[in-house]
Amino acid sequence: MYNFFDQLILTLGAWVVGLVVACGNGVSKFCCGQPLSEAAAHNVAAGTEIVLICVTIYGVFALCFGLATWLERKMLARIQNRYGPNRVGPFGLFQFVADGVKMLTKEDIVPARADKLVHFLAPAVVLAPALLMFAFLPFGRNMAPTNLDTAVIAFFAVGAGSEMALFMAGWGSRNKYSILGAMRAVAQMISYEIPLVLAAVPVVMVVGSLSTSQIVAAQGADGFLDMSRWFVWTPWGFAGFILFLVAATAESNRCPFDLPEGESELVAGFHVEYSGFKFALFFMAEYIGMMAMAGLGVTLFLGGWHGPKLLPSWMWFMGKGFLIVCWLIWLRGTLPRLRVDQLMAFAWKAMLPFALFNIFTTAVWFHLPKATLLQSAVAWLVTAALVAAAYWVVSRFVCRRAGALRVYHYAS
Amino acid sequence: MLGNGMIQGLLVTARNLLRSYFDPECLTTIQYPEERRTLPENSRCFPFLVYDGTPDNLRCVACKICEQECPPQCIYIEVERDAKTGKPVRRPRVFDIDYSVCMQCQICAEVCPFDAIKMDQIYELSGTDRFGGMLMNKGALLKSNEYYHQMHPTEANEVDARLSQSKKKASPPAAKPAAAPITLQSAPPPRPTPSAPPSPSVPPTPPVPPKSDV
Repeated sequence: MYNFFDQLILTLGAWVVGLVVACGNGVSKFCCGQPLSEAAAHNVAAGTEIVLICVTIYGVFALCFGLATWLERKMLARIQNRYGPNRVGPFGLFQFVADGVKMLTKEDIVPARADKLVHFLAPAVVLAPALLMFAFLPFGRNMAPTNLDTAVIAFFAVGAGSEMALFMAGWGSRNKYSILGAMRAVAQMISYEIPLVLAAVPVVMVVGSLSTSQIVAAQGADGFLDMSRWFVWTPWGFAGFILFLVAATAESNRCPFDLPEGESELVAGFHVEYSGFKFALFFMAEYIGMMAMAGLGVTLFLGGWHGPKLLPSWMWFMGKGFLIVCWLIWLRGTLPRLRVDQLMAFAWKAMLPFALFNIFTTAVWFHLPKATLLQSAVAWLVTAALVAAAYWVVSRFVCRRAGALRVYHYAS
Repeated sequence: MLGNGMIQGLLVTARNLLRSYFDPECLTTIQYPEERRTLPENSRCFPFLVYDGTPDNLRCVACKICEQECPPQCIYIEVERDAKTGKPVRRPRVFDIDYSVCMQCQICAEVCPFDAIKMDQIYELSGTDRFGGMLMNKGALLKSNEYYHQMHPTEANEVDARLSQSKKKASPPAAKPAAAPITLQSAPPPRPTPSAPPSPSVPPTPPVPPKSDV
């Protein structure tokens, strides 16, 4: 029974592939009088499989995007003691459909002096990396779309593509707010990419592989006790997870790091000049990128699709991702936007040294003996002390200067 | 320690998020078209004409004081004339108020010596005609005394008491001093006292505080 639900999506996929091959055979018999050759049947099956994977991922995550916008509005509303959307459908669940229809029917405005081609391409280019990032995440048992040996590197490399898209949007719009927002976006995302990658390095060091499938496999089986093998329970894993969350928030341009689109000073940053469905694509890219980052966080630190055998593996993965998305929304409802200098100082003066030290801590953990329970406990305590000391130093010496009051020369 | 303030802030927002599900006090929003706030008794919108019993029996005598006092001049009155003699009768033939011009100042109700014009509580008016859509004629303005009682019970009881008093004296309503309603309306006593006839010599008491809006 459990296996049936666990592999439900794969079974459905195999059934559709079989159907398509059978249809192909039928067509072939009708046209040429003989069934497909073995090689042709294999090609048809492989092609169908690729299309199915794409359709499933796009479909599921486009739906998740819609529901995430609803969830965000609902949670923010409750944090601010409001109801939030509650008119369209039960609990306002179909609000995103109404929003989508509204966006689709809006006028598409292109500024007269914009760089038309770049302005047109940017929304598509920003969405592509966000969707591509899902190719490297194992969603469940036997459910990795690709099995790349360098999946983690590929994930970050693809994710970096969105920076260019944001700059295209800002540059192509020919608007001072757009270009300022785009500059900020590029500066911020490049700065935070370093702590993001450095936060993932300890996991790669311990597992000894860049493959996401192997990273998940290293984090245990499906029993309740096996949850203890998730990397987030180790001191370096916990620190890495926190670093990863902060950097991922900045990477997906979410509050409190949403300076590129800071409404209060830049109108809407790089997407000032976008309307209608082009704007919706930016919006979609932000949310889908956020979900992809959440998926990577789950894969690296929260044991991927592993979990007690109460739920199918893909549900574990989606559930953990959902929790991270909730956390990001909660954070957005809580924190105000940073200032640009605080943002940069935090990335380079606080997160970078802490991430580097975390790599050192991981090396210590890696070389400490962990054969017996006592030895493991000692290793855990030693690394925990190292992480805590590093955190104390960072918060005491680095962040105080980063958060120092700005001296105003003319305004005071 | 770095992050202390952040954790405190997160706790505050989490508390608000959860409280909004369990504590109705926390959710102050009213789902307007379905739920409505009960209006405070003294809230007012546009003026209307009071009649006693049947619509023919309206209190207005077409004295045109309100027309003259109205700051935006949104009231238009024509006196009815006897068909045979051509002499004016004490009732309006035309009584129009343009609600789109009215600024809801209540001066017409303050100056009316006959308690004939009072303030309504209808705040949901809309129309498709920009120029004549909000022009209310006599028929639209006439509303019963019971309606007035429902809306402003304290004030209506006071007015009724005053009117019955003046009827007892058998003096014509026009002879009533115009100052009396003004004093009373600006400073109504906190509780309705229909039996005791209020007089201008009553020391002004603070106005009734509006009922809490829940």
